[in-house]
Amino acid sequence: MSIVTIQLGQCGNQIGREVFSAICNDFHSTHGLCYKKENESYQEACKERFFSEEKKTGVPVARAVLVDMEPKVISQTLSMADRSGSWKYDHQSRFCQKQGSGNNWANGYSVHGPQHKDDIMNLVQKEAEKCDRLGGFFTVMSMAGGTGSGLGAFVTQCLRDAYRNSFILNQVIWPYGTGEVIVQNYNSVLTLSHLYQSSDALLVHENDAIHEICAQLMNIKQISFKDVNQVIAHQLGSVFQPTRSPLGDLMESLVPHPEFKLLSLRNIPQMSENSLTYSTFTWPGLIKHLRQMLIANAKMEEGINWQVRPPLPGLPAPPKPSMNRSACFNTSLANLVIVRGKEVQSADLGSFRDPSLYTSWLNMQDAFSVWKTSRAFNKYEKSASLVSNSQFLLKPIDNIVGKAWNMFASKAYIHQYTQFGIEEEDFLDSFTSLEQVITSYTRL
Amino acid sequence: MTQSVVIQVGQCGNQIGCRFWDLALREHAAVNKKGIYDEALSSFFRNIYFKFISINDTSFEIALLIDMEEGVVNEILQGPLRDVFDSKQLITDVSGSGNNWAVGHKLYGSQYREQIFEKLRRSAEHCDCLQCFFIIHSMGGGTGSGLGTFLLSLLEDEFPEVYRFVTSVYPSGEDDVITSPYNSVLAMKELNEHADCVLPIENESLFDIVSKIHQMTNSGKLGSTVKQSSLLTSSAGGINTEQEKPFDAMNNIVANLLLNLTSSTRFEGSLNMDLNEISMNLVPFPRLHYLVSSLTPLYTLADVNVPSRRLDQMFSDAFSKDHQLIQADPKNSLYLACALLVRGNVQVSDLRRNIERLKPSLHFVSWNQEGWKTGLCSVPPVGHSHSLLALANNTCVKPTFIELKDRFMRLYKKKAHLHHYLHIEGMEDTYFSEAISSLSDLIEEYNQLDATRGGPTVDPPRLKIAV
Repeated sequence: MSIVTIQLGQCGNQIGREVFSAICNDFHSTHGLCYKKENESYQEACKERFFSEEKKTGVPVARAVLVDMEPKVISQTLSMADRSGSWKYDHQSRFCQKQGSGNNWANGYSVHGPQHKDDIMNLVQKEAEKCDRLGGFFTVMSMAGGTGSGLGAFVTQCLRDAYRNSFILNQVIWPYGTGEVIVQNYNSVLTLSHLYQSSDALLVHENDAIHEICAQLMNIKQISFKDVNQVIAHQLGSVFQPTRSPLGDLMESLVPHPEFKLLSLRNIPQMSENSLTYSTFTWPGLIKHLRQMLIANAKMEEGINWQVRPPLPGLPAPPKPSMNRSACFNTSLANLVIVRGKEVQSADLGSFRDPSLYTSWLNMQDAFSVWKTSRAFNKYEKSASLVSNSQFLLKPIDNIVGKAWNMFASKAYIHQYTQFGIEEEDFLDSFTSLEQVITSYTRL
Repeated sequence: MTQSVVIQVGQCGNQIGCRFWDLALREHAAVNKKGIYDEALSSFFRNIYFKFISINDTSFEIALLIDMEEGVVNEILQGPLRDVFDSKQLITDVSGSGNNWAVGHKLYGSQYREQIFEKLRRSAEHCDCLQCFFIIHSMGGGTGSGLGTFLLSLLEDEFPEVYRFVTSVYPSGEDDVITSPYNSVLAMKELNEHADCVLPIENESLFDIVSKIHQMTNSGKLGSTVKQSSLLTSSAGGINTEQEKPFDAMNNIVANLLLNLTSSTRFEGSLNMDLNEISMNLVPFPRLHYLVSSLTPLYTLADVNVPSRRLDQMFSDAFSKDHQLIQADPKNSLYLACALLVRGNVQVSDLRRNIERLKPSLHFVSWNQEGWKTGLCSVPPVGHSHSLLALANNTCVKPTFIELKDRFMRLYKKKAHLHHYLHIEGMEDTYFSEAISSLSDLIEEYNQLDATRGGPTVDPPRLKIAV
């Protein structure tokens, strides 16, 4: 099964490149730590999944379409990949214009989208036709800007129309709480509400959380966007590298109901290469941490609140509508744990099968899945990733909707959107649909 | 790659413009040592080959010089930058505007409309993707203020898709032009209605900054570590090898403002900030498009291994009163939005640390508590390792406008000098009353925002989902 990746906007292109590079590094790593035969089939599957092959040279070519409304980022992305020597992009498979969307979602969605629909969808079709078996689409974009968010939402809709039966997973980068784009809350509300209609699932990474990981786990002093993007790429790789069918099985395990599409990703261990050399891990230790990260809603293994416990059966659930969720138990709808590496068969994930972790209306066997492979990932002898459809994102989404709503009440910046055809009505629709999502997740 | 067209109008506009081109050439020469015309350069200049200082066969049509007297423009044409400008892109007259807005706007406006449009059209045709017009002018005189604002509505009619950014030099209280309050207020109405963004500048502030720099460099306090050749303040080593003119240092500051503003569209960076993002992020309501700017480091030193402390100082300075390019104190007023355009070796963690650090001391409007927009451009200005341009949409511009209004009213009550204006064809008394009410409305809009400060902030009730 192959995945076609669509990189949109500055953020999407920068992260997309890091993902392919992480996958390629893992592919070539000699630390596979498994039988030769298993390693070979892993590499085979990985290649089919993410790369086609250049006829003459045999160099892997990413199954990707690069889209941006200005040329600088894409040309930088292409040449960085070329320089790596181990993989490349198809230079034909890009679309850029001269002038960006100017952080205006409406500009990306209502102007650039319809204008360039045919060109972009042609490129997508070409990539899709290169695949023997198309597993689906993976789009990478930020919510804050104009191109990734606005055009991204538009393109996702076009994908849904053109490929009714393919899976679409959107990787969405949640902006820093402060200081990226001032209208980011508006753009985010519009993006999320539109993606919710056309995408199968939204995999979310929060810049603030990743930034903390860079600072605390990776020990990076002066953190750059590259550092942040590399952590995101590593996490994505840890999910997408071969185990099961990448998108189909993921959706089947995690999205049992169309009202619940928000996925988040946690992994363990994560550390700088220096520390990695001196560390050893046991499966019970890793799994215990990962489980507590889940129930206490911790973004990394550092600073987990160990006081949080699942509610005891029979007792009334503790009051939880308060939005101060830091000390609250995080209820799951569905979880998937992917474990990779040495002695993986001995890893016991029974503790994730505890019904008290989950909402009551789903059967245990539908709510939790495990994928295992003894092929180690990216120099980590043992590693575990948790993809979770839970209340993880309730607080961030409530935050963004609240801030956007405050701004909307003062009518600030609305004229910037109406000039490109997004009216107050459209905003109200988006607010309504996200309030609905918040209510649904709160009631889990 | 997008392009911008710079239009310099009047004496002040042309003097600043001249500094701008000089510095822009040096910046690109420093980045692009081979002297070959590159993509970044094409955002302002259209040409094939380009050698620093000895410019062969070069014409930059992406500039329009307008003055209604020939002095300054002729000087430019005879000076070292002569090859930079195509003489076809000049519009001059001999008689001047006599410090009369009506002469610039009405008389010269109708007289030169076709000619100006023709030249703009030619400029625009050379552009691959024309994104922005930069108008540089002063508010107090006749040509810059009158013809400069005439141009604005011309641009709006003829190039509605292209952004209009205006750098306006406001007259100081002791201005020697007696009619400058009239000219400025008449011009303000045009700026209110037809500009996308206005960057107000006051000569007093520039003067203060320049004298502070001189004091610092001459007192020896900073020793030999101050780079005399720093692009920001000195024109040494530039194309202009003649004696430095008195206003050059001040004009350099404004020129640098424009260079930093456009850096991210010209060079690479990890967080690009395009020009169209500026108005999108900083202009919450159409008329409130006046952005107070500050540049740092002005006289702090720059060496390659920047200790973090010094980098943080750069951020602190950008918010201090004496680094603003108008007489204003943003810290004690209300922020509607703020942008930080950083150049050089600065990472996102540096940005975040400083925003977190500075935020508590700043007041943001209740609905935009996190109103920060940031850009990271990897190419620093020549002679520095990093630099910061802060753009603030802040109610601190209000005092400048109020003072202008007061000075206008003092003249207008006595009907002083009105006849000089009214005898110009097309000029009517209503222009004055409409202009002053436009300014009053603007001040009132700022007042209303100021009034929200300190009051109880009640979040509007959220939408409820019926279950």
